[in-house]
Amino acid sequence: MIDPTPVISARNVWKLFGPNPKAYLAGLPEGHSYDTIREDGYIAGVKDVSIEVGRGEMLVIMGLSGSGKSTLVRCFSRLHDITGGFIEVEGQDIMSLSEKELIELRRNKMGMVFQSFGLLPHRTVLQNVAFPLEMRGQDRHERRERALEVVKLVGLEGREEYFPRELSGGQQQRVGIARSLAIEPDIWFLDEPFSALDPLIRREMQDEFLRLQEMLGKTIVFITHDFDEALRLADRIAIMKDGAVEQCDTPDRIVLNPATEYVRKFTEDIDKARVVHAGVLARADVSGEGDPVMASASVHDLAKLLIEDRRAEIPVAGNGQILGALNRQEALNILVGSG
Amino acid sequence: MTDAVASLAEAAPRGLSRGRWALIFVAFAVLVTLLQYAGLLPAALHRLPENVIPPFAIWLDAIFNFVKDDLGLLTLTRTLTEGLQWVLDVTANLLFGKRRWPNIGPIPWTAIAAVTGVIGYSLGGWRMALLGAGTFTWTALIGQWDIAMQTMSVLVVAAPLAFMIGLSLGIAAWKYAWVNTAIKPILSVLQTLPFFTYLLPAVIFFKVGPTAGAVATTIYAIPPMILMTTLGLQKVSPEVVEAGHMSGCTRLQLLRHVYIPSARTEILVGVNQVIMLCLAMVVLTAFIGMPGLGAKLLAMMGSFKLGRSFEIGVTIVLIAVMLDRMSKAWVVKQPEHFPRGTPWWRKHIMSLLAVAAFVFFCIVAQFFELASEIGRRQSLSMGKEIDTLIKDFLAVEWVKATTGFLRAFLNVKVLIPFRNFLLSIPTFALILLIVAFALRLGGHRQATYAAIFFSLVALSGWWDRAVITLYSVISAVTLAMLIGLPIGILAARSEKWSRRVLLACDTAQTFPSFVYLIPAIMLFGITDIAVIFSILIFAMVPLIRYTIEGLRTVPAEMTEAADMSGATRLQKLWKVQLPLALPTMAVGFNQAIMFAFFMVIIAAFIGTQDLGQELQRTLAGTDLGKNFVLGICVALMALTFDLTILKWASDQKKLLGLDR
Ligand SMILES: Nc1ncnc2c1ncn2[C@@H]1O[C@H](COP(=O)(O)OP(=O)(O)OP(=O)(O)O)[C@@H](O)[C@H]1O
Ligand SMILES: [Mg+2]
Repeated sequence: MIDPTPVISARNVWKLFGPNPKAYLAGLPEGHSYDTIREDGYIAGVKDVSIEVGRGEMLVIMGLSGSGKSTLVRCFSRLHDITGGFIEVEGQDIMSLSEKELIELRRNKMGMVFQSFGLLPHRTVLQNVAFPLEMRGQDRHERRERALEVVKLVGLEGREEYFPRELSGGQQQRVGIARSLAIEPDIWFLDEPFSALDPLIRREMQDEFLRLQEMLGKTIVFITHDFDEALRLADRIAIMKDGAVEQCDTPDRIVLNPATEYVRKFTEDIDKARVVHAGVLARADVSGEGDPVMASASVHDLAKLLIEDRRAEIPVAGNGQILGALNRQEALNILVGSG
Repeated sequence: MTDAVASLAEAAPRGLSRGRWALIFVAFAVLVTLLQYAGLLPAALHRLPENVIPPFAIWLDAIFNFVKDDLGLLTLTRTLTEGLQWVLDVTANLLFGKRRWPNIGPIPWTAIAAVTGVIGYSLGGWRMALLGAGTFTWTALIGQWDIAMQTMSVLVVAAPLAFMIGLSLGIAAWKYAWVNTAIKPILSVLQTLPFFTYLLPAVIFFKVGPTAGAVATTIYAIPPMILMTTLGLQKVSPEVVEAGHMSGCTRLQLLRHVYIPSARTEILVGVNQVIMLCLAMVVLTAFIGMPGLGAKLLAMMGSFKLGRSFEIGVTIVLIAVMLDRMSKAWVVKQPEHFPRGTPWWRKHIMSLLAVAAFVFFCIVAQFFELASEIGRRQSLSMGKEIDTLIKDFLAVEWVKATTGFLRAFLNVKVLIPFRNFLLSIPTFALILLIVAFALRLGGHRQATYAAIFFSLVALSGWWDRAVITLYSVISAVTLAMLIGLPIGILAARSEKWSRRVLLACDTAQTFPSFVYLIPAIMLFGITDIAVIFSILIFAMVPLIRYTIEGLRTVPAEMTEAADMSGATRLQKLWKVQLPLALPTMAVGFNQAIMFAFFMVIIAAFIGTQDLGQELQRTLAGTDLGKNFVLGICVALMALTFDLTILKWASDQKKLLGLDR
């Protein structure tokens, strides 16, 4: 499902804010901390980040407020010019693109939903949604059709003629989502796209997202503060702190093996039993006996079986074959929260 | 808070030494003046001798002539004139039937009034409709349609032109830092230059009459448009811009579809200012012979026909209020959506109505003469009657006694002695006094500017007239303070009165300055006092306004703290409210001085001996160099005060922690 060739690949990316960032970075000794940089009058929005996003992957970025999530995504879309490092998108060095190429890329490949929506105040919902199509020069009739379609998709039917200020926050956010969907982007950047939605619509939108990704195989970079949301959606989660990525891995592995103390603290309150799947627990070198469990089942799903079953090692099956076996005691520890 | 304390501690020693220096300057100035009184000062130290005064005017003339003839600017501008002339002819034909292409005018007054009514309705409901239609109906009924349309025909060309130039320059200044740095100082000088300096070059380069009027008006109205455009563009939320980028906008698309619409409010505020400045200026172009409301008013006042002057004044005020209210309503009007399935005609009902009204009245006018034009004889003008009314009133014993007394008292006891006193101070000493003032309030930089600026004024050779100008300004502003501050303080005591007085001030500020001459002349005839009086009322408006604003914005917790400390009302006002309101009031004071410098020149029309008088004289001829020297003198004096007072106000705000 996930194509191994990366769509976005970032190597040692830096984004510094300050009076003369390029020169400062050039003279920056190895291992300077966020705070020392700040004392020098610079803010490390993104600090030495290397990360790859595969085709069709959903990467979720998490971290405290001000940790640089939005900045990193802006670097990917070249809304910010990076201070150092390389970013390749679809194999092209994004910093070397000419203005024209960049516009082409954005018109056809990229979509973005903004944290505070970024709607054009003087345009109706429909005109906002059709805006990228209009910029592309699509004809009036076609873009109207398409805009109506996506407006319906986000559940704003009947409000096409409203102006942004006549909508609630959640409705505005959905306009932003619809706008980014209009051009059917391959790469999709979503900066807290559901933050203003009520839980019900939020759930619906998440499902819609999963469906879209399944169907169209979009590459998505998704920022959220909500762990449940991250767990539902993420293929991998990147956790950021002070501009740097502390750990980037699948949800199971992040909760099972936090790379740093910070990540451990950050993930402390999560119900691990719901996150950890049989698949990660399976060890290939052991083979249990009896009926296998599905690799995609979470420990929580298997609770009853884990408690009642007497086997020490339970085989795990995925993709139609046995992957190995999980240690029942280990799984039980996770279930009761002492793992 | 700690910041404020720190800056206090830092400012204290500097303030002290600054104050001491200022004192030394003052002492020295007094000494020099006393020497002069004792007759011990050589004449060369009292006034600059003629032979050291450089012939600035001649130099400037040489430069102008070089630019004009040798560089061929004149041919360029005269060519531009052709185009402008053509447009002006078209509007003149449409509005008052000047015999030029397209030869279809004049448009019947009823049609214009009706369309304005519809526009008013769509912008602000029935009241605005009434204001719009009512203004034009009044104008027609009172028999001033033609002169009003002469004024309007220039306005409708100048305002859009100023808008477009201002918008483009504003965009350029926002986009390119170097344009911004180049434009900024020019703008601040332009805004203090008296309007007379706009008029003469316009005449010389663009022919007398409507064309020169339109050019002067346009240039005069450009600066605020530039400032508002830049401001609006800078304020566009970065995320909206990023959304534009991500939608794949090219630079041009970004500007056209994202930036400009998002800066709508500021740009429309700019439009409002452009319209109001254009109106103010277009009335003043009467001085260079532009026919219209201003010229008529000038003529009527000149021949002391108070009734007609009054009526024209009302017309000007009505037009000003209408234009101001309508353009402001446009600023706050937000687009509303139509429910889905609204038929096409319903969405455009207002435009359709306007067209229908226009056509209807055009047809009606074919059949009824009155609906098309109201002649002199049918008009309802009561000029004569009002005239006698006013003159009778002024002749009433106690009124006559009051104005007579005021006139005599102010003149003999206050104004003339003050003027003579100012004139008696040696040039050098007076400059020193002003430098001391700038040093005490502003700082070293302001003091340096004051020294340079006033020395230039002295070198211009117009020192005595400059001092008389200064005298008019100072005495008028002082009187305005004596009257305006109590009014402001009283009004600030209640919410209701604050609002009422502020509204009155806002409205008064939209009146073209010319109008302020009318009551002055009515009360005091054509005298020195009338000059002071007209400046006084003009300058009082910002004083009252900023006093109220300053007092009303004193944080509630501070007045409450005073209440809890058992302060009486007067103590609270004196110890808490006034000190905190002072920086804001200083801004009003500054504006009052700027207004006074502006008005003093207009009032020269009544007959004064200051720079304004000389300036007006230059307009009759082609004394461009002298005109500029005089204009720059006024600008330099005004700028000195502007720089000093504003610096003081912002320092004070910082000190009090009021800036955020
Ligand atoms: N244009 C800018 N100029 C200067 N500093 C900036 C700029 N944009 C972001 N920063 C700084 O970079 C840091 C990271 O900001 P960023 O917006 O990426 O945080 P975030 O992780 O998205 O936070 P949140 O969850 O609140 O959205 C912050 O300290 C911020 O102050
Ligand atoms: Mg963010």
